[in-house]
Amino acid sequence: MQHQIRKNRMLHQLRPALVLFTLLTILTGSLYPLAVTGIAQVAYPDQANGSLVERDGVPVGSTLIGQAFSAPRYFWPRPSVTSNAPYTPFDAHALTGSSGSNLGPLSQMLVDTVQGRVEALQAADPGNLLPIPVDLVTASASGLDPHISVAAAYYQVPRVARLRGMAEADVTALVDRYTEGRSFGFLGEPRVNVLLLNLALDKIK
Amino acid sequence: MNWFGWLQFAIYIFILLVLVKPLGLYMARVYQGERTFLALVLAPVERFFYRLASVKPEEEMNWRIYAGTLLVFNLIGLLFLYLLLRIQHVLSLNPQNFGPVSPDLAFNAAVSFTTNTNWQSYGGETTMSILSQTLGLTVQNFLSAATGLAVLVALIRGLVRHTTDKLGNFWVDLTRSTLYILLPLALILAVALVSQGVVQTFQPAAVVQTLDPTSGAVTQILPLGPAASQVAIKQLGTNGGGHFNVNSAHPFENPTPLSNFLEMLAILLIPAALTYTFGKMVGDTRQGWSILAAMTLLLVLMAGVAIWAESQGNPALASLGIDQSLGNMEGKEVRFGVAASALWATLTTAASNGSVNAMHDSFTPLGGLVPMWMMQLGEVIFGGVGSGLYGMLAFVVIAVFVAGLMVGRTPEYLGKKIEIYEMKMAALIVLIPVLTVLIGTAVALVLPAGRAGIFNAGPQGFSEVLYAYSSAGNNNGSAFAGLGANSVFYNATLGLAMLVARYALIVPVLAMAGSLARKKKVPESAGTLPTHTPLFIAWLIGVIVIVGALSFLPALALGPIVQQLLLGTGRLF
Repeated sequence: MQHQIRKNRMLHQLRPALVLFTLLTILTGSLYPLAVTGIAQVAYPDQANGSLVERDGVPVGSTLIGQAFSAPRYFWPRPSVTSNAPYTPFDAHALTGSSGSNLGPLSQMLVDTVQGRVEALQAADPGNLLPIPVDLVTASASGLDPHISVAAAYYQVPRVARLRGMAEADVTALVDRYTEGRSFGFLGEPRVNVLLLNLALDKIK
Repeated sequence: MNWFGWLQFAIYIFILLVLVKPLGLYMARVYQGERTFLALVLAPVERFFYRLASVKPEEEMNWRIYAGTLLVFNLIGLLFLYLLLRIQHVLSLNPQNFGPVSPDLAFNAAVSFTTNTNWQSYGGETTMSILSQTLGLTVQNFLSAATGLAVLVALIRGLVRHTTDKLGNFWVDLTRSTLYILLPLALILAVALVSQGVVQTFQPAAVVQTLDPTSGAVTQILPLGPAASQVAIKQLGTNGGGHFNVNSAHPFENPTPLSNFLEMLAILLIPAALTYTFGKMVGDTRQGWSILAAMTLLLVLMAGVAIWAESQGNPALASLGIDQSLGNMEGKEVRFGVAASALWATLTTAASNGSVNAMHDSFTPLGGLVPMWMMQLGEVIFGGVGSGLYGMLAFVVIAVFVAGLMVGRTPEYLGKKIEIYEMKMAALIVLIPVLTVLIGTAVALVLPAGRAGIFNAGPQGFSEVLYAYSSAGNNNGSAFAGLGANSVFYNATLGLAMLVARYALIVPVLAMAGSLARKKKVPESAGTLPTHTPLFIAWLIGVIVIVGALSFLPALALGPIVQQLLLGTGRLF
């Protein structure tokens, strides 16, 4: 008898369970994302659609997503381990996207890989004897890091200036112009957006 | 690293603590059924929901009915999400034409989101349709958080009330949590995140022409989607399941230092404020502040260790002639740097959030030990939305009981005698996750199917497995992501661990709440142990740390501790 009552009471709860689930799903799964999208597309259309950068009317990237650069006349970004090529935010065929290396701190592969990157950088600019900033030889978390540190940009100034036939001081000035400081003076780290810097370089020469 | 990192940390803690009282007070009003300033808009919606669902809000439930309705509701959510993921390929809003999610992965993801874990065996941008992201994952981000809040409120009522078996109405607690707390906060945060560059659109991926074709890539496909609406609630609801594979390390999910700060704030905002809600509801805010003090002290200590460890760089790279003044940058983003990355790692594992803005697998040994141990402490240092505080209250019960035994007093908490039944439930709440983590790790290491997923060689590989079960067995969701966890073995066993960690804890919590509600209030006497003093705060910290250390030191010794000892000796794996 007691058991019967309890069972009935639970059955009695089935309707609220199904109806509330449906209502809350519509509210949080449709109306809420639609409302945010509506506000976003009106108030912040550029940001909401990927912060795209255009050159001569053609979208050439996003200010937020790094791009692969291998020509020595460009500033190089951080190493990226997205597959199958660096800086691949989405590969529709292989279905791969953002990714870090996940190599542990005592990984032989990590040390070998970093050593290879050090040698490649030195080979590209043999006269440069400065210590290489660590962000230029380590892979980012996303594989899409759009930034390098200010030191990493300065390190590359001699190479870029030489290959573009520019004065080092001019290139340094450009780096400084594209350096973003800490937000409100204390949040995050100073950094240089590689895509924007290279776009500015191309505009000059 | 420099003093800016420490300044960020200090300002973070300051702003968090400033927000505790206003939000905590507001939530107390919501749960006590009082009118709030949002009632003008939301009260009609609330009434409409109850009418359609034939819920009588004044009809209260005993703990069995409360638990039963909760389990039924969660089961419906689980089945719905599983089904949605299995048939996403025939539904709309699938611009990239993704196929159905495989059965084991769909099971894992559905369990993961329903249990507020949000472990990701999948990559969002390569697996989930827009419909799955919104109607499936975003919904469970809200509802799993609301479930946790409801359980906490029932437990608080158990402490406050006496000689009754009524704990409140689950439907009311669930609905009010979603409508009055989660939804408004998520709306504000989502718009703020869009302003920083988090994408929010129903359009398919954008295709751009790259600048340097000699690099091999002529075009770049930029996956978009309604990310901001999901990221906001995944941070606020201590869910952690991201829109993209690398979670909040992805520039479209966390584009700037400011978005990073807001997302970090959102991780601890509700869990921290709930301590005030608790104090307010039990009629003695000092009780809430003392718990918050214990949480904050442990957090500051652990975050300090992690930030210091990551800022030292990696000694294994020292001989290569590189400048490591930025710290250990493998697996980190330049815009955040080591300080904001290590701080995030600590916050996300203190709360059972599990979102990441850096790859924990590439942290230094000591820096990786911190998030792992934070999870193993049972997700009670702030912990999940609702679940953190109810877990913490289980530790309080144990602390009060042990102290009572030591001095020969009858243990009591907030005027309720703590007896054998409460102790049994508290012990279950504390021990079930420990057993889940250790047994899961052991099984995975013994079986070839478990070892097959290991990515890094040596102790780091062991750490990957220990981390995975620590994460699933405490409903966290972060990972040492080298582990190849998208296999039938890991999807199934981690899914099981998540279910146990969630529901095998919720039921004892509600049983304890039911038992406490039935008791009489005993008046405070000279023999009562005060639970708001610095002495008690220290004692509570001691109990948490001792239980956590005794349970996991042997396991940690085989992973991060041995690696820390080998650091700089030249031994590599």
